[in-house]
Amino acid sequence: MIERTPIFNAVTYAIMIGGLLVVLLPVWMAFTAATQTVEAVNRIPFSFALGDELLTNLGAAWQRGDFGTKLANSFILAAGVTLGKVMIAALSAFSIVYFNYRLRMIFFWVIFVTLMLPLEVRIVPTYAVAANALAPLQAILDVTGISALIAVLSGVEVSLQWNLLNSYVGLILPLVATATGTFLYRQFFMTVPDELAEAAKMDGAGAFRFFVEILMPLSRTNMLALATIMFVYAWNQYLWPLLVTTDRGTYGTAIIELKQMVPNPYGGLPDWNVAMAAALIVMLPPVVVVALMQRWFVRGLIATEK
Amino acid sequence: MSSISIRNVRKAYGKTQVLHGVDLEFADGAFVVILGPSGCGKSTLLRMIAGLEEITAGEIRIGDKVVNRLEPRERGCAMVFQNYALYPHMSVAGNIGYALKVAGVPKAERERRVAEVARVVGLEDYLSRRPGELSGGQRQRVAMGRAIVREPKVFLFDEPLSNLDAKLRVQMRAEIRRLHKRLAATSVFVTHDQVEAMTLADTLVVMNGGRVEQVGSPAEVYHRPRTRFVGAFIGAPAMNFIDGAMTPDGFNFDGRRIAVELPLARAHAGRPVALGVRPEQVELVAADSPGALPATVDFVEELGAGRVVYADIDGLPFAVALSEETDLAPGERVGLKLLPQSLHFFDGETGLRLGLAESVETSRAAVAAA
Repeated sequence: MIERTPIFNAVTYAIMIGGLLVVLLPVWMAFTAATQTVEAVNRIPFSFALGDELLTNLGAAWQRGDFGTKLANSFILAAGVTLGKVMIAALSAFSIVYFNYRLRMIFFWVIFVTLMLPLEVRIVPTYAVAANALAPLQAILDVTGISALIAVLSGVEVSLQWNLLNSYVGLILPLVATATGTFLYRQFFMTVPDELAEAAKMDGAGAFRFFVEILMPLSRTNMLALATIMFVYAWNQYLWPLLVTTDRGTYGTAIIELKQMVPNPYGGLPDWNVAMAAALIVMLPPVVVVALMQRWFVRGLIATEK
Repeated sequence: MSSISIRNVRKAYGKTQVLHGVDLEFADGAFVVILGPSGCGKSTLLRMIAGLEEITAGEIRIGDKVVNRLEPRERGCAMVFQNYALYPHMSVAGNIGYALKVAGVPKAERERRVAEVARVVGLEDYLSRRPGELSGGQRQRVAMGRAIVREPKVFLFDEPLSNLDAKLRVQMRAEIRRLHKRLAATSVFVTHDQVEAMTLADTLVVMNGGRVEQVGSPAEVYHRPRTRFVGAFIGAPAMNFIDGAMTPDGFNFDGRRIAVELPLARAHAGRPVALGVRPEQVELVAADSPGALPATVDFVEELGAGRVVYADIDGLPFAVALSEETDLAPGERVGLKLLPQSLHFFDGETGLRLGLAESVETSRAAVAAA
């Protein structure tokens, strides 16, 4: 459709190379900075040449950032959020596409609306709930007068407490709900021919069996795509982990730690070399995940049976 | 016993009526074909038997059990879908054996039965392949294997051959027939292809607009269509129709008269009537032969085994099927001789065949003669 002429090809390549430079230059800058000494990294103009201090800087960053614990925390957070999102999204899309109940469209739109309410927007109420996950229930009891009744009858004052601050549950749960994932699955489920569900029905499989044994294997590539995106998303979370973890030593994530290591303007010679080394460490896991998953994407795209 | 009995069954989606009270009885072991144009409700009826559609009103029995409220798997039906609906991520063996797996049949027995079924449908060498690696005909066989393996009381086929090419279709038709003989389960086969319907059916059900138009053997339906719709729908090229009126001495149209058996003419005198004649039951004669309708040849279609002459009687199109060679050229004048025993008359208003009650005997004779 598009005509191939030498000039057009040259322009396309120029644009692509330009784009590549824009993407790669900062990465390369971080890498070279991580290989230099403090003096070299602060020299002006910045030198893009490689130094020989990479291992020293990485070691220093690892030490200072306590990345053994922090990376593990980040990994637990990212894996938990990914797993939760993939499961919840699949189940809610299954419900919306395959079951015909009265409130179906309402649920669909409620999920849709949450697209416009990301965590950053509802962060204060979410924090309130995380501080006491049973607070809404308590409110219901108070308003309906049940807690007052219990207090009168038994003399016990009802005060429900379930604190999620400084816990993995608190880190993961508020990030799990996902409209994007639900839509991804919904679109996929709608391309699955109805006859497949009917054939499963004729074969005697119930809804759950159909979901697990037929729908899930079929949506494998979808699932992996979603998992990849969500892993990177969860890995890069900053605001919520910052709020919900006050005990940074135990529950802090790698991203928070990285922020701590960015030199501030008041403290002597800024050691950007160590900060960049830390950045390299923190960048690595998502890069590995994307690189590994890419193979599956391609495989999923080639096998177009349905 | 797995006869199927459908009593006054209706189906409505909201306010839209799809089936308007269907009554049918299928004998145990019969091969029933439901034939009709798209949208006539034939697939809906099949899916109601299967349990995939709710029954709005009426009653369906399989054997002597009312199945209205039963889940599909409790009805003992197996279904072959139009697009096969094979599980793409499972091997052929997995597809065929899935129902058994769900039913909790032990692995050893499952494998034995899958192997046996694979032999019946000729897929022994393909058991480990995925559906995506099979040809259309092979997929069709997997779908049939999947139905057979459960040893169902009733087989339901939803236009299973319409995705195959013409040659394979003929071959699979024969295989379905052979399979039916061997398994002797009651089979209901839905199609819009009249050749499939005529060749496969013990009992042919013709449906239109959510109603049953006729039930009978294929020969009966062909030779004695109960309504004008059935006459027009069955047979290729389609039946010729001439609209006119009945008088006590014959059928009149356009100032012409065609002689009719007198009792029939008298019984329906004064009614608007449509005359139907099958193209293969008309003789071509010289234009000036006595009693023949004069017509002009429009064009001739060569079919190899036969040929169809499209002519018109003063603007009224009329097809004639010939088995012998012809050198008729467009524009030539010919005479059409209608054989009295092969005329069909339908009421102009209701579309019902005239003389449904009184002329059974004469038409049986006509069937024998043809």
